[in-house]
Amino acid sequence: MTGLALIIATLLGVPLGALIGLTTFRGKSLLRAMLYTGMGLPPVVVGLFVYLALSRSGPLGALGWLFTPSAMIAAQTIIALPLTMGLTMTSVESVSPELRRQIVALGATRAQTAWTTLREARIGVTAAIVAAFGGIISEVGAVMLVGGNIAGQTRVLTTAIVLETRQGDFSLALALGVILLALTFVVNVALMRLQGRG
Amino acid sequence: MSLYQLRDIQHRYGERTVLELPALDIERGEVLALVGPSGAGKSTLLRLLQFLETPTRGAITFDGERLNGQIDLRLRRSVVTVFQTPALLDRSVFDNVAYGLRLRGCPARDQVWAALDRVGLRHAARARARTLSGGEAQRVALARAIVLQPRALLLDEPTANLDPYNVSLIEEIIRSHGDMTIVLVTHNVFQAKRLADRVGLLLNGQLIELATADRFFSNPIDPRTRSFVNGEMVY
Repeated sequence: MTGLALIIATLLGVPLGALIGLTTFRGKSLLRAMLYTGMGLPPVVVGLFVYLALSRSGPLGALGWLFTPSAMIAAQTIIALPLTMGLTMTSVESVSPELRRQIVALGATRAQTAWTTLREARIGVTAAIVAAFGGIISEVGAVMLVGGNIAGQTRVLTTAIVLETRQGDFSLALALGVILLALTFVVNVALMRLQGRG
Repeated sequence: MSLYQLRDIQHRYGERTVLELPALDIERGEVLALVGPSGAGKSTLLRLLQFLETPTRGAITFDGERLNGQIDLRLRRSVVTVFQTPALLDRSVFDNVAYGLRLRGCPARDQVWAALDRVGLRHAARARARTLSGGEAQRVALARAIVLQPRALLLDEPTANLDPYNVSLIEEIIRSHGDMTIVLVTHNVFQAKRLADRVGLLLNGQLIELATADRFFSNPIDPRTRSFVNGEMVY
């Protein structure tokens, strides 16, 4: 679920963040402020909004997603998207204007300029994906609210840890915590290798 | 016919006029040096010649085509600029030199190796470009430009802040330019004298004098040119 949410947030957030970073338009400052706010959005609040939207009387109730993996993916994507978008935007903006001018002066088209700039910002873009992954893999409030922590269906490592701790099975909770840490480490190493710094 | 013909050019940033050129022709295959103090309009002129900006007023004709509005990609790609600060991609030296060719869809490895040989950097082909010294980085930037064999090569202070060894290497490359037109912006009048066929003095956005290098240095007409050549102009 986290993987799918991360893929969606990356596929949407990286191009959109790059587009915002590479262009100038009215309202960009406002959009930037909104993105930064979104990056600090409490996950449990996101969970609440998604819960209300997907509940039977909510605007998206007809989808029947509440307490299903789809609802959890939706909530995690909403949490991750501002991170991938906002940090990609910042990374692209931090590529030196001299380099961007040189790319154009070497005969790059607009699309080639955007792609090269994004590639130059790859360390920051990978950091954006890592941050988004960290934000949703460790998240518990939103997925608990919209998923319901149903065994075999919507129970994930974080919600299972909460459950086992409440039931006093600390050794199982700790074991799950170690698995979660190991998983996070492996994914981050993979992303770093992708970044070219592994 | 000249490669560039500029007529009645005026360029403004807001209310400030930064360049005013009634007429300037740049001939095919020549090295034209533009000298003058900082803020004289030299780099602005290069930006117009690279088609990065459109003049506020006036007309530019390039290779017989009068330019207006949107610049055709084919035309834009026939001119390449090397800036004072070598802006290199965070890739290998080889990939940096190959970059422009790849943009054009022609990954000609032999040409890249030949360009690296020309700037004496074959041995550094696999090194990360950003680990190079300033002089080496500028040579990579030059190789990246000449490998494209542009009609016009625009050089904006290409040897500023470089050591004498790198300056002489870069000047040697400029000297062997073949039929490429070169516009060289420099603060260094001696460099202009060593390299240029013609030299122009820009002051406050105006072309004060344009003459063959011999005449510019031995018998300038305008007293400001004489003053600049003699190093009396404070800038």
